Amino acid sequence: MAYSEKLLDHFKHPKNVGTMDKNAKNVGTGLVGAPECGDVMRLQIEVDPETKKIVDAKFKTFGCGSAIASSSLATEWLKGKSIDEALAIDNMAIVEELALPPVKIHCSVLAEDAIKGAIKDYQVKNDLEVTAKVGHH
Amino acid sequence: MAEPRMIYLDNNATTPTDPRVVEAMLPYFYQMPGNAASRNHPFGWTAENGVDNARTQIADLISVDPKEIIFTSGATESDNLALKGVFEMYARKGNHIITAKTEHKAVLDSCDKIEKMGGKVTYLDVDDKGLINLEELEKAITDKTIMVSIMWANNETGTIQPMKEIGRICEKHGVLFMSDATQAVGKIPVNPKEVGVHLMAFTSHKMYGPKGVGALFVNRKNPRVKVTAQMDGGGHERGMRSGTLNVPGIVGFGKAAALAKEEMDFDAKRLSALRDKLENALSSKLEEVYLNGSKEHRMPHVTNLSFKHVEGEGLMMTFNQNLAVSSGSACTSASLEPSYVLVALGLGDDLAHSSIRFSLGRFTTEEDIDLTIDALEKGVNHMRDLSPIWEMYKEGVDIDAIEWASH
Repeated sequence: MAYSEKLLDHFKHPKNVGTMDKNAKNVGTGLVGAPECGDVMRLQIEVDPETKKIVDAKFKTFGCGSAIASSSLATEWLKGKSIDEALAIDNMAIVEELALPPVKIHCSVLAEDAIKGAIKDYQVKNDLEVTAKVGHH
Repeated sequence: MAEPRMIYLDNNATTPTDPRVVEAMLPYFYQMPGNAASRNHPFGWTAENGVDNARTQIADLISVDPKEIIFTSGATESDNLALKGVFEMYARKGNHIITAKTEHKAVLDSCDKIEKMGGKVTYLDVDDKGLINLEELEKAITDKTIMVSIMWANNETGTIQPMKEIGRICEKHGVLFMSDATQAVGKIPVNPKEVGVHLMAFTSHKMYGPKGVGALFVNRKNPRVKVTAQMDGGGHERGMRSGTLNVPGIVGFGKAAALAKEEMDFDAKRLSALRDKLENALSSKLEEVYLNGSKEHRMPHVTNLSFKHVEGEGLMMTFNQNLAVSSGSACTSASLEPSYVLVALGLGDDLAHSSIRFSLGRFTTEEDIDLTIDALEKGVNHMRDLSPIWEMYKEGVDIDAIEWASH
């Protein structure tokens, strides 16, 4: 199976690897997947209390190359977005950007779920209306 | 910059064809193009001689009579022929076959077909080393049992089954003993008669011969075993397998067998030393490395290791396509299920996803192993830096206690 250059680049030089303080009020954490399924993604967002925009995003992923690249790309896309804009990120955009083969589409679904999970966590923590729907796939 | 060195540690998938084998095969493509079944001209006789010679070389390797070797297209066909052929031939005696959960798909899928054809199949469990339980085997035998089919050595872990003991149980109960010895023949001494194996499948391309040719050993005396042909046609191979013989392939298979007989001991000693070096280096340089399968009863050239909290296919991607190994990770298959062999050993799915099989071969060098150790050390550390569950593990979080949302 040949992977796209973009995918390989995100895999070899993943962007925004790291850990934020999951107890901070302006940080939302999404943890999706399961070790026995072969992939676990943890995606975190930091929201500016003033502008309500996502100012930073971090991830760590246990999984195959496509899962790692999908989460790396997701963190790149999240930075600078509003919550509504972030919720509009669709897994198929990730599939297209990384040219994921059909057997790897679930990796992009997981990334979308991780985004929604992080946003939901942020909304719950801040007593906001929960507009993120996780796991609708 | 020089082309990166390619390292091939996937010899259980297939071995490179030994150049000496290729050389032996070449004349049979053009100068000696005959059909071994052509009895009336020298072209046919030359081809037949080539096949006869190869049959003897192969029989010599496993200490059987050349007449007991049936040529096929490979081990998958040999497994199919042995299982379905015995099931049909011995239908009057019974309809029950006993096998194990860690067998190759060629055996398991043939058994599945046999069940659809009205047969009964018992799939034995294995212990955490991949070995079957002899008492369970004996208990599973009924008056309807016609055959026990247990592989000699496992393809994923290299675990070698207690063949002699299984053979004794089969003899005691008067049932046939079939073995898929694909991974063992040519690598370790294999003598079916000594252990009471009556049918044995093996193939050329796992022992430095060409692909597309295999064999089934069928015992001729005490007992005289017969299988119903699964391929009908000209009645080749004593009626058990019709089809024009693959003469160049068979000649190559024979040469590979002759070389294996000469060099097996040397190869095994050299490769087990390299394998141990690899295993010891990785276990000392990296934390949380687990050996899958039996350390005591295993093939000399194989090691199957799990690197905790590292996903196998992702790890393989760190090798920049310069290192060929295989993984029990689901992501390397279309099914998204991890290796059923490792799961049968009782490995959690997470460790099965984290497994890498290294299978060395005749052309593996010490430099290959040194480069592999470096690649693995870098790769595993890269993947663990990215792994949220490795981070949790290091922080002392009980990962098994987390309620994961499966998808």
